[in-house]
Amino acid sequence: MERLKSIDDLKKLSDRLKDETFRPEIPRVRLCSGTACTATGTPKVLSAMEEEAGKRGINLDIVKTGCQGLCQKGPVMKVEPQGIFYQKLKPEHAKAIISYTVLGNIPYRQSLYRDNILSEPIPEMTDVPFYKKQLRIALRNNGLIDPRNIYHYIAVGGYSALEKALGSMKPDEVLNEVDKANLRGRGGAGFPAGKKWKHTKSAQGKTKLVIANGDEGDPGAFMDRSVMEGDPHSLFEGMLLCAYAIGADYGMIYVRHEYPLAVKNLTHAINQAMELGLLGKNILGTNFNFTIDIREGAGAFVCGESTALVASVEGERGFPRPRPPRLSERGGGAWGYPSNLNNIETYACVPPIIEKGADWFKSIGTATSPGTKVFALTGKVRNTGLVEVPMGMTLREIIYDIGGGIMEDKKFKAIQTGGPSGGCIPAIHLDLPVDFDSLTKVGSMMGSGGMVVMDEDTCMVDVAKYFLSFTQSESCGKCPPCRIGTFQMLQILENITSGHGKHGDIERLIDIGKLIQKGSLCGLGQSAPNPVLSTIKYFRNEYEEHIYDNHCRANVCKGTGVFVINQAECIRCGLCKRACSFDAVTETRDIYHIDRAYCTQCKACYQACPVGAIKIRKHSVIKLEEQFRIPPEKFEILERRAKMTLRDVIKLKPAKILTCKKDCKIADAITIMDGNNVGSILVTDNNGELIGIFTERDIMHCFTKKISVNDEIMGNVMTTKPITLDPSIDISIAVHLMSDKKIRHLPVIEDGKIIGMISYRDLISYLLPEVLYMAEDIY
Amino acid sequence: MKVAEIDVNEKIGNVREILTDTQKKRGILIHAFQQIQKEHNYLPEEQLILLSRKLDIPLSEVYSTASFYKHFYFKPRGKNVVCVCAGTACHVRGSHKVLEKFEEAFGVKEGETTPDLALTLETVGCVGCCGLAPVVTVNEEVVGDLSVKRVDALIKEVKGK
Repeated sequence: MERLKSIDDLKKLSDRLKDETFRPEIPRVRLCSGTACTATGTPKVLSAMEEEAGKRGINLDIVKTGCQGLCQKGPVMKVEPQGIFYQKLKPEHAKAIISYTVLGNIPYRQSLYRDNILSEPIPEMTDVPFYKKQLRIALRNNGLIDPRNIYHYIAVGGYSALEKALGSMKPDEVLNEVDKANLRGRGGAGFPAGKKWKHTKSAQGKTKLVIANGDEGDPGAFMDRSVMEGDPHSLFEGMLLCAYAIGADYGMIYVRHEYPLAVKNLTHAINQAMELGLLGKNILGTNFNFTIDIREGAGAFVCGESTALVASVEGERGFPRPRPPRLSERGGGAWGYPSNLNNIETYACVPPIIEKGADWFKSIGTATSPGTKVFALTGKVRNTGLVEVPMGMTLREIIYDIGGGIMEDKKFKAIQTGGPSGGCIPAIHLDLPVDFDSLTKVGSMMGSGGMVVMDEDTCMVDVAKYFLSFTQSESCGKCPPCRIGTFQMLQILENITSGHGKHGDIERLIDIGKLIQKGSLCGLGQSAPNPVLSTIKYFRNEYEEHIYDNHCRANVCKGTGVFVINQAECIRCGLCKRACSFDAVTETRDIYHIDRAYCTQCKACYQACPVGAIKIRKHSVIKLEEQFRIPPEKFEILERRAKMTLRDVIKLKPAKILTCKKDCKIADAITIMDGNNVGSILVTDNNGELIGIFTERDIMHCFTKKISVNDEIMGNVMTTKPITLDPSIDISIAVHLMSDKKIRHLPVIEDGKIIGMISYRDLISYLLPEVLYMAEDIY
Repeated sequence: MKVAEIDVNEKIGNVREILTDTQKKRGILIHAFQQIQKEHNYLPEEQLILLSRKLDIPLSEVYSTASFYKHFYFKPRGKNVVCVCAGTACHVRGSHKVLEKFEEAFGVKEGETTPDLALTLETVGCVGCCGLAPVVTVNEEVVGDLSVKRVDALIKEVKGK
């Protein structure tokens, strides 16, 4: 490799490589060699392809690319020039693919992508739903080039932004372009990169550092990994541009040690760039110097926090420290030198901005968050993997169009964004356009871009507990709110999920959570309670179910609920009896039965049952079921009804509202009541506003006081200023109020208008199960 | 690699030009731990003492830094290291069941090593293979998409190693 001595050299090399590399007439396969596909068998497929091509004497160009995104269907491969996309490859497919596609130009049907076994396969990569809606900027070269070959990167237009910047732009122009593009930090908080660069540039001191944060510790996020593994040079180019703009000489990439392939590829790429003269002293013949070192982390989540990262780089314990001084200031960065720290993905977005301009970048995405964002779409969706979409795409599009919907067509419950610092977003916000600000508004955050989809089988309390146990164990222990607070919250959550929740636990969680947010030193602590607080906000009923009913609706938490065997579904296989370690499952002559005295709710039988005949029910439901022989299906209706408001009751059973005027004779009013078979009549003024009520009880009063019903008018005998309620009141509150005040008829008023009349009996029949059960049979 | 052979200037990389000797020695500390651990499988006491002398950093501070990071161990580890991913995606797709299976099969709890040093069982935050959840790494090799059957097969394979 010859060192490039000038900007012209790079231009010449680039032009030459564009012609020579990836020549269209040579058949080519781009085989994914990312971590996930390697785990599912890329090496075997690779050697099979090589062998087969060699056997037939074909000059086949095999490009071992970085992660192509669709990890679940790996190993994946694209065959060119036909553009055909293959998934779930096996070594034995190599022969057919070469015969069919490489030689015969027709797709090999068995390995094509299809939504399910019945749908038509989709041959071309651009038509696959997973790729159709994506727009790739940060991942532009992933799946296109071999990350271990710098010439590939240059051939697809790499380092041309550097060429442009060094050749025709002043450092300030580069900085202004990035600032104008409003590129926001992809690491989570979304701080504008341009502003950060300006801070660092204006900091005192000649020596400055550029640090790339690759300590991607968020569980469920792997976008930085794919850039580092699949396209390391785009990261270098972004860092080079940053260094040029702010006048830095040294660069550092902090990588977590769990990514061995990333370290390997980065090291290899650095050596190549050094050899070519794209890193080192006097880059491309200019007086611009820049070097990059790699620092490996050692398994501490908190080291993703900027000040902790710097401490770790310096060889100290990875403790965060109070800011200011910020990293960009003198005395704040590594070894005190002003340092510009950005996320890997942020740097990878810089070269296209310099190349195509800030206006181009701003034309993508939303007004406040331009550009694209890479998300790691995982959890219970059909297509898991890395997706890069323009900001502002709705969650629904991401989950259903790109992700292919929920596994096994189950019901979507929530999506968790932002990892342990983010929150859960429920189904009502599915049409939310995703950008930095919209996610914050609904109580979550962008974070590093992890998206974990959850379906109805996921218990939200358990999820909150999971995230909290993660942050609790990763808390560095420096400040007490985070160290002690997360521990206390976790204990409460553990009580709740094991069926020992107490009244007031939810409020305690909220209180402690808010204290941790306010009192913690660094981002880890400040955001640690988010998953709990957001799940309480949107799924409070699930917490209440755990605490008051000892029930987990997703059947996840152990130690909750009552286990019963549904005899209608049971096939008498006896697996539950074998699974039970406590001999709680007993066998009579023809049925299996769970003895509640011995059952520890360990769920062994529940998991063992092949037909799902073991049901986990609430204690209250079981009692009613046994006492009144009410089938459990009825309880669903019941539960829904108990949560009804007066408005629902009026809607379900609309009653005629009977009114009369103040000067109406009592006898006339009684006739109306009797004719309509009701027990009360409302008295209104001329504007139709309620002034009183006359009920059966009043008729009795009239009789004992010897009032002449034929002569006296309503105005003198009615109950004035009757108690009224708003339709948004729960029926349980209404029942309480009515029995407390000893009234049986309740007008419902909305905005001064009478909208309905509810009797005590109406409410009771909705509340009491046995009454309801009879009522259900009647209508 | 011997502790005595560590070249501070080489390991610290290009930033050496702007650092003092003390800063350099500090800066390579984590790197040195990784090297020692690579060779010995854990951080033996005598190696840490050697390192402390070599870098002129008090042993207490060497230990302080090493003990902060989860990746460093002070006890010998098993020949095979099975790491069950407990990341979000794996958790949602049932990694706890996988962990239970391993615990049952080898009679150790998470974080423990079998007495014969055959196996260490651990969990990790996320290995970044969420697309293949639930995931287990066996000596850095990623095994994904584990069903109950595949876990059983994997356990057999690990036992045979």
